Amino acid sequence: MIHEYLISILTFISIYSIIVLSLNVVIGFTGLINLGHIVFVGIGAYASAILALNGVPWYISIFAAGILASVFGAAIAAITSRLKGDYLAMVTLGLVFIAVAVSRNWISLTRGALGLPGIPDIIKNNFHYMIFTMAISALSVFLFYRLTNSETGKIFQAIRDNEVAASVLGKNTYFYKIISMAASTFFAGIAGSLLAHHLNFVDPTIFELDFIVTMLVMLIAGGLASITGSVVGVFILYALSESIRFIVVNPSIVGAFREMVFAVVLILILIFRPRGMFGKVDI
Amino acid sequence: MLSLNNVSKSFGGVKAVDKCSFEVKENTITSLIGPNGAGKTTIFNIISGLTKADSGTIRLSDRNIADLAPYKIAKAGISRTFQLTKVFRNMSIKDNLLIAKNANDNDIKKILESVYLHKPLETLASELSYGQQRLLELARSLLMPHSLLMLDEPTAGVNPEIRRELKLILRSLKKNGKTVLLIEHDMEFVMGISDVVIVLNEGKVLKEGKPKDIVKDKKVLEAYLGK
Repeated sequence: MIHEYLISILTFISIYSIIVLSLNVVIGFTGLINLGHIVFVGIGAYASAILALNGVPWYISIFAAGILASVFGAAIAAITSRLKGDYLAMVTLGLVFIAVAVSRNWISLTRGALGLPGIPDIIKNNFHYMIFTMAISALSVFLFYRLTNSETGKIFQAIRDNEVAASVLGKNTYFYKIISMAASTFFAGIAGSLLAHHLNFVDPTIFELDFIVTMLVMLIAGGLASITGSVVGVFILYALSESIRFIVVNPSIVGAFREMVFAVVLILILIFRPRGMFGKVDI
Repeated sequence: MLSLNNVSKSFGGVKAVDKCSFEVKENTITSLIGPNGAGKTTIFNIISGLTKADSGTIRLSDRNIADLAPYKIAKAGISRTFQLTKVFRNMSIKDNLLIAKNANDNDIKKILESVYLHKPLETLASELSYGQQRLLELARSLLMPHSLLMLDEPTAGVNPEIRRELKLILRSLKKNGKTVLLIEHDMEFVMGISDVVIVLNEGKVLKEGKPKDIVKDKKVLEAYLGK
């Protein structure tokens, strides 16, 4: 039983690592405050679920989930390219509410609040599925490391530090912001697909703000613009979150207590270590 | 090389640039001077595409660049610095320069030596003093392939030592036949180095000529000192 529990934790950590890493590419490396990242995770989850429930093989549904999320991500980046800072944060946060409304009301596609049950497993054996998600997580670490250390990645960082300076040095910042968002949301979509196949269910609660807040706390705790930080941040905070189950006796308050702990962690980080554990830039 | 013809720009009811026309000739140092609010930096921003002019044309060589995006203007050959430095603070000196041009370590060291910036390549830009950041920004704009270099108050806010170094750099640029458009408040410096001085006042070209003619001009003195 413990074994299965650990497998489940490590599977979630692997999937969350992909989400936080991809969020770090846009926020930490490119400086685009995207508070709607979870929308692209949800798009991936729904896309993969609908395809899989219609008999499409898993390897196509996962890839399609990434592509669809990436297309949406690129479109949002193109539309919001003139927005910066708080304004971009507000617009991307607004996407979450749109996603909730669409997923609840497009009944013929999403079954609304009832959600989509019976999403087939990719791999029946949970241990093997954990290895599979870890492999994809490791692949995303490798690819994001290569991307952020490439010439394109350096341009992302230049845009984050000073977009005007990047543009007068001949860099098409509009194009690079779209590339950053497309790469980030591709992996968000993949992570959404892995989540849907792991839970065998997806419903509009995937777009809940709690989820994006959790991802943001993990990102900030690990540190912006650090690949290592994203993975370590997810690992430590997920472990901390799970340990609450064993500390709090009354199961009905575990959720609320977890949110309190996350809030305290965030406050302590902001006070004592504003760049998080491995962060390379200020929040 | 660069010509502005009847360029105007208003911000709300304020006319920052008013039918401004002038030319920058190749292999010259041209200085834009004028009291605060004369429209000097606005003209720089218009030339580099950061601000769009309401009317008028801007030609670089024979190409109209007035409607181009900043990155296209940069690629057309205009490199610039800013009144308040805009370095990439969280990136190393080397990475700051690599954004301008894909250069090898030797080229990077040479350009840093030419601007008297003697710091390890991996030093973060945020760890440099303000004056050193200004030198880094200058090195970056020099490294970027360009035909016209625009420097916005390069000696402002820096200590006397760096100010002296900047003067040496500009003299060396002049000696090497570079084309430079300069905004500067240090009149002694401007008069000593410029081939042409353009005086702006309230967004208009008040006077254009050689330094020795500018210093004697009554209108220029009035613009600076009042009647």
